[in-house]
Formats: sequence, C-alpha cells, structure tokens
Amino acid sequence: MQEINKNRRNAILKTAQGIGIFAFSGLIWGAYVSKAKASSFSLRPPGAKEESEFLKLCIKCGRCVTFCPFDTLKLATPEDDVPTGTPYFTPRKIPCYMCVDVPCVPVCPTNALDEKLLNIVENDKEMMDIRNAKMGVAVVDIESCVAYWGIQCDACYRACPLIDEAIKLEYKQNDRTNKHSYLLPVVDSTKCTGCGLCEHACITKKAAIMVLPRDKALGSVDINYIKGWDKSDEARLNQTDKIAPKNSDDTNSVIDYLNSGDL
Amino acid sequence: MKKIRFLILRRFIQLGILVTFFVCNYYAINFFNGNLNSSKVFWIIPMSDPLSIAQIFISGAISGIAIGSEAVIGLFVVLIIYGVFFGRGYCAFVCPMNMITDFANFLRRIFEFNTNKKLNISRKSKYGVLILSLVLSFILAVPAFDLISPISMLHRGIVFGMGFGIFGVLSVFLFDLFFVKNGFCGYICPLGATYSLIGKYSLLRVKHNKDKCTKCNKCIIICPEPQVLDLIGKRSGSINKIDCMKCARCIEVCDDNALKYGIFDFKNMRSKK
Ligand code: SF4
Ligand code: SF4
Ligand code: SF4
Ligand code: SF4
Ligand code: SF4
Repeated sequence: MQEINKNRRNAILKTAQGIGIFAFSGLIWGAYVSKAKASSFSLRPPGAKEESEFLKLCIKCGRCVTFCPFDTLKLATPEDDVPTGTPYFTPRKIPCYMCVDVPCVPVCPTNALDEKLLNIVENDKEMMDIRNAKMGVAVVDIESCVAYWGIQCDACYRACPLIDEAIKLEYKQNDRTNKHSYLLPVVDSTKCTGCGLCEHACITKKAAIMVLPRDKALGSVDINYIKGWDKSDEARLNQTDKIAPKNSDDTNSVIDYLNSGDL
Repeated sequence: MKKIRFLILRRFIQLGILVTFFVCNYYAINFFNGNLNSSKVFWIIPMSDPLSIAQIFISGAISGIAIGSEAVIGLFVVLIIYGVFFGRGYCAFVCPMNMITDFANFLRRIFEFNTNKKLNISRKSKYGVLILSLVLSFILAVPAFDLISPISMLHRGIVFGMGFGIFGVLSVFLFDLFFVKNGFCGYICPLGATYSLIGKYSLLRVKHNKDKCTKCNKCIIICPEPQVLDLIGKRSGSINKIDCMKCARCIEVCDDNALKYGIFDFKNMRSKK
C-alpha cells in the first residue's frame, strides 16, 4: 500500500516538475520574444507590410536579400537591434537605390513584402512603382546640418531620387552676413520613400539627415482638426462613422448633459 | 567504409544543400534560393518549413492575414515529400544541426564521457515544446520559435552571415556534449517533433529481422532515439515509432545484417506511437 502511494507521489511530483520546467522556459522565451518584437527600430525593404504584420508574415528566408543587386538588405543576426532573421537595411552603409523593377519584392514567398502596396495603374495595367515605397522617412537634425549654419551644402538634396519632391531646398536670408542666403533641405514626409540615399550622402561625421521608421518619426492628427481649405483633407471626415465613440454612453445623454438637473 | 556508407551519404546531402544555397545566394542564381525556412529549388519548386508556416498561420490567424500562396504551396510540397516518403528523415539528411549534434556525440564516444542525464525530462517533451511554440506564437502574435531557433541561426548563418547566431549553435553543441546525450534533437527540438508527426505513416522505414539479430545492442547504443528500437531481438518488422530519424546508423553498425531500409509494413502497426 505504502509502495503504491510512494509511486503515485513520485508520478505527481514528476508531472508537476515537468509543468514547472515548461512554464519556466515558456516565460523566459515569451519575455525574450516580446522584447525582440518591441525593440524593432528597423528599416524594412520596400513594399513591407506594416511592422507588426510584417513580423507575423516574414519567414526569414532571405530571398529579398539575395535579389537586391546592391547588397542593401541584410538578415538580422542576434546582435542587431532588429528581430533575428528578418531583413533590414542601414542606409548610412548601403541605402536602397530604388530599382525601377523592384527585384526584392516579388520573390517574397509569404507576401510580407507586398507588391500591392507599391502598385499604380498605368495604361490599365497594374505595375509596381518604387516611388510608392514607404521604408521610412528622412529627418533633418537642424543643429548639425551645416546648411542650417549658413554653409552651402546640398549633398542630400542632390542625392535624392525624388529631388524637389521628397526633399526641397528652402531659401532664407542669412541675417548674420546679410549677403548670403540659407539653402535649407526640407523633407516632404508624404513623398519621402525612406531609401536613405540622402543619409548615405550627408557630409557630416554622423549623418545630419537620417531615415527613421515612419511610425517612430511621424505624428498623426485626429479628425477633430481638419484643413477646411483642403478638399482632400476633408475626405477624412468620412471616417467619423468608422470610429467608435470613446465611451459607450448613448449620444443623447452626452448632448443633454447640460440640461440634466445635476448641474 | 561499409560502416559509414549512409553517414557519408547524409553528410554529402546536408553539406551539398547548404553549399548550393550559399553559392546561389552569393551569385543571385535562380537555381536554389532562400534557406531551409523557405526556398525555391530547381528553379520552380517552392518549399516551406512546416513549423514556420504553422507559426505564421497561428500568429496571423486572429487578424486574418493572408499568407502568400507560394509559401503555402511550399508547405504542401514538404508535407508530401516527408509525409509520404521520408518522415523524420529531414533530421538525418537535411537539418544542419544534425552535424553539430553528431559531432558532440562523436566527442562523447572518443572521450568516453557518459554523464548521466542530469535533467529529469522525457523524450516526449519535444512535443511539449512544439505546443509551447504554437501557444506563444498565438499569444504574442509573432512566430515565437522562429525568433530563437538555433537551427535557422545555423543555416541562415551559413547562407547569409552568422554574426552572434553562432552562440545559439554553440549552446546546442555544449548542451549535447556536457548535459544530455542527444539533448537537443531528442528532447527539445520542436522541428524534429513536427517532422515526426508529419511522417507518422511515411513509407521509408528501418526494418528488423529478429532471426538474424544476436542481441549485441550495438544499434541501441548508437541510436539517437534508442527508445524506438524496442523491437530489437523481440520481433521482426519495421520500426514504426515516429521518433526514428531514418539515419541508418543502426543499419551500419549491425554486424549481422539484422537491420535494413524497407517500407512501412502496415500489417504490423502494433508498435506505432
Ligand atoms: S529596391 Fe533595389 S536597392 Fe532597394 S532594396 Fe529593393 S533591390 Fe535593393
Ligand atoms: S523574402 Fe519575404 S519572407 Fe523572405 S526574408 Fe524577405 S521579407 Fe522575409
Ligand atoms: S548633406 Fe547633410 S549637412 Fe548637407 S545639407 Fe544635407 S543634411 Fe545638411
Ligand atoms: S531534431 Fe531538430 S535539430 Fe535535430 S536534426 Fe531534427 S530538426 Fe534538426
Ligand atoms: S532506429 Fe536506426 S535509423 Fe532510426 S534513429 Fe535509431 S539509429 Fe537512426
């Protein structure tokens, strides 16, 4: 009898130990994975889906890397600040040269890189247009950009494949000398593809213009502010019905609250 | 030579695959593209790692994200190849980690250390890790094993550059060498578990002939999953337990020709897992 009890006790202990080991490793593993997922400050290849969807889909096969003729893309290894195995690029080293045929995108087997995000319709035919890419957005640090000091430099402006669209020069009088003008590089974030040719070309020690992930560098305005003078911006108003109210009080009580006796 | 004929064949295939991937990536040749997670081989045949696809599917399933068709076709190609023919043969003939763990075992034999296993875990736990990787993929909405898999670190590293992925590979090597014999493949690897399950009814089997067996136990000593050889000396038939990697080490070391490659015998399914 005692023997049986002891066996049963051992069996229970063993199961508990097993569950414990699994829970333990599951927690560490889960913590690592959520950390890796959160810390991604990565610039993705053109046509990449939005970061969280991209992370779900990318199978880490490296085919995009293989087909980039400029060796721009790299698969992250554990020491990179990018989830291991996923493709990214570092524009200061090698930017994306915005190939017209975008060879890196159609080879993606899982559609983590999605041709549809680049497509335009031309002569009734859908085709990829690299100018639709949104890999990131260039941001100028006006403290270290020498053009903002008054020294002439337009290296980034000249390097941009979308010159005068994604990056423009703004002229301003230089009050210090009263003889010269500032030629200030200014990025249009709606046009910038994030290719990083500007960052690559920048003449300062650490680039004064750098490409950041769009979700990290850009803000967004809710529909309580609309550019009433801009027809296309008014279109955003149509989104109202898609947005759920913040609290679930019925609308009448909200409208009527001044009339209620409590006040 | 006869004693290592299948070993040589396996190394030839394993290394051949890696070298072909490496060369084709380096020169951007269309012949063999990608890596063992997902590839397109012989110009047109897509193949995808079933565990990766399962994780992608589970992590995206909630929000209904569609996986590209090429990856899905690749999954079916792999399911047919291993489900119908080779079962867990992936581990012995394709997986590059197999070379690392076999090397650890080789050192174990040379230096004769036989550390008893210190961790009290069961060989079934690799199926637990498989479930855990799917559960974590679901909860965290990102393929969980893919982000830590030392196997992908190894083949990806060989084809695309290793970096500190070498630490993942080394830790498997040291675990197998100093902690548990065949620790990674036998107890932990969810990919091996996946191929085991896929290959439950696969055709390629190792067959035992009881009448020739002299019960020398050499096969059981060499086998990376010795529990599958429970029929040795007891009855003839094919090894139907799914953990067998079809590595043929047992066939090679047997001096009495009591083991050979054969076909699943469906009549004798008593000992399926
Ligand atoms: S568009 Fe060209 S340069 Fe840019 S990542 Fe793709 S292949 Fe490379
Ligand atoms: S081709 Fe697609 S799945 Fe493969 S590494 Fe590139 S983005 Fe990921
Ligand atoms: S290249 Fe650099 S320093 Fe020159 S204008 Fe552009 S951002 Fe400024
Ligand atoms: S068990 Fe895992 S690591 Fe071992 S050979 Fe199989 S797939 Fe590779
Ligand atoms: S039974 Fe033979 S073929 Fe199967 S894993 Fe063991 S040694 Fe390899």
